[in-house]
Amino acid sequence: MSTASAPRPARLARLRAFLARPVVRRVAAVLLVVLLAVLPLLNLTIPGVLPGPTYTPGTLQLLALGLLFAALALSYHVLFGATGLLSFGHALYFAIGAYGLGIVLESTELPLVPAIGVVLVAALVIAAALGAISLRVTGISFAMVTLAFAQAGSVLIRRSPAVTGGDEGLPLAVEHIPGFFVGVLNTRNLYWLALAVAVVVFLLVGWFERSRAGHVAHAVRENETRVRVLGMRPFTVKLIAFVVGSVLAALVGTAYLLLQSGVNPRAASSDFTLTILVIVVLGGVGSRWGAVIGGIVYTLLDQRLTALASSDAIDALPDVLRVPLSEPLFLLGTLFILVVLFLPGGIVGLTRRGRRAESAARDELEEVA
Amino acid sequence: MSTVVLLLITGLGLGALYFLVASGLSLIYGLMGVLNFAHGSFLTIGAFAGYELSRRLGAESIGVFVLALLLGALVGAVVAALTELLLIRRLYERHIEQVLVTVGLALASVALFDGIWGTDPIYLAGPPWFDQTTEILGARVPNDRFVLILVAVLVLLAIVGFLRFTRYGLIVRAGVENRSMVTALGIDVRRAFTVVFAIGGAAAGMGGVLASQYFGYVAPTLGASVLIFAFIVTVIGGLGSLPGAAIASVVVAVLQQFANFYAGGTGDLVVVLLLALVLLVRPRGLLGRRA
Repeated sequence: MSTASAPRPARLARLRAFLARPVVRRVAAVLLVVLLAVLPLLNLTIPGVLPGPTYTPGTLQLLALGLLFAALALSYHVLFGATGLLSFGHALYFAIGAYGLGIVLESTELPLVPAIGVVLVAALVIAAALGAISLRVTGISFAMVTLAFAQAGSVLIRRSPAVTGGDEGLPLAVEHIPGFFVGVLNTRNLYWLALAVAVVVFLLVGWFERSRAGHVAHAVRENETRVRVLGMRPFTVKLIAFVVGSVLAALVGTAYLLLQSGVNPRAASSDFTLTILVIVVLGGVGSRWGAVIGGIVYTLLDQRLTALASSDAIDALPDVLRVPLSEPLFLLGTLFILVVLFLPGGIVGLTRRGRRAESAARDELEEVA
Repeated sequence: MSTVVLLLITGLGLGALYFLVASGLSLIYGLMGVLNFAHGSFLTIGAFAGYELSRRLGAESIGVFVLALLLGALVGAVVAALTELLLIRRLYERHIEQVLVTVGLALASVALFDGIWGTDPIYLAGPPWFDQTTEILGARVPNDRFVLILVAVLVLLAIVGFLRFTRYGLIVRAGVENRSMVTALGIDVRRAFTVVFAIGGAAAGMGGVLASQYFGYVAPTLGASVLIFAFIVTVIGGLGSLPGAAIASVVVAVLQQFANFYAGGTGDLVVVLLLALVLLVRPRGLLGRRA
């Protein structure tokens, strides 16, 4: 390496070290949350990314959905990223949150907050029971078993139209909901709710990862036999992680019901679980920020690709190109395959890889010196 | 009595369908440790290939049906072999990534089928003989059930024969038992991976043509709906065990039929309950090896 270019990487490295300090990171995170919080009051346009200025209900709705998907991805991160549990049934707990709140609000006189409490307790009980059964097997079998349970939930939802609205979906019963969460004009209140849910889930997941159970969970992900040899019980820790992730997913589900003023059976389908998996892998497995970035990027990408699919430019193409390009899921699936093959760390992995290359360069420099 | 016989034979027919998908899943998992989420897409592409052929040559003839069956198997085998060569092979020993790639392929391929053939089911008619019934012990059983059972038995025999009596079958069996030893003996076990994928794809593609007869339609979601039960079958039968998959296919499908008829359409839920029960009593499945 020539000496002329040496100061630049060094300065960059110093900048990165500064950015990596916990205090700086925390301040940056708070600033980001503040920026997101004042977004509804600003008139920002990002052409090609957002459908309109940031204060319009349509854009806020989309951003709120992105935040909720980020929170959902965070809840899945507890299972997959932190504990190494590849679950294919995570959508079930999201659906329990959404459908559960819808049913409780419709059939009881409970106000919103106690109703959410009831739903979360129900989710806790169900997650503990199903988790205890599915965790009797590990690895790929665990994936299949969680898929089967989620499928049973999906079938139950479709087959009991009297309670869940069947294929039509369940609309939100607005009588017991505070007025400021109802209607298009109040979208920004719902946006703030989504932001609050995302922040709370982010903090709770971080708290879980730093707790004793979280450390053991990381250890189980790396080497389960070794954890057992050390005299700890992987099963208990995995069950705790499963229940924590599931209850958080249910919490996100309740917010989703309020935001979309309803829920349809797609929320319980195996496709939806796969969507969560796509989000987590896209953003980067094993990091909370990966889940957050994945959730927001996925939501925007999904919306943009759908807009692209129905655009005139695509319609004019010959069939060979038009058919694949007009299917957003085809593009997302292909993108997902490419990320898995060529970008194992996801979007977050890109910055990390840069950092690693730089630290390698620095080591080289030090050796030369 | 006649109802019981009808349910039993219909259940056997459905079980045959599950087996055609589960056998490939189980072989692939047994040899390579890969959970193949795209297996349902092999079934769907086989079904569509068969549909396109019979649409052009006439759906009434049984000869065309046999041709469709062979074409479905061929298309399934080619697509599966390509999947292994282009996607799975790059990710050896990284099981989670392999699963993720097949998940991406499943999403993308179903979307592609949506784009080509539309999201709505396409209803089709088979040879008229399939819709006629044969009387067995007082039960009027539609003939297509027998075709399903016959094809599944032939596939089972063919796969068992392949595993028993051919060199590749020997490598596959040895590979399931101890892959590193096979590699250490200087045998290129990777070629066996492609072969196993192709066999699984062929069985699934054939299953696709049969499924479109059994359900009476083809749709991009056809594969996914069978795949979930095939997963359940492989877990109950024991991952990697072909006889286990065969037994579990029959048990699951017959149970499903009986529950659907006698317990008010609860077949799908009863199957999941059975899965939970098997996991509680015997987590490795009926004939699975101890992990």
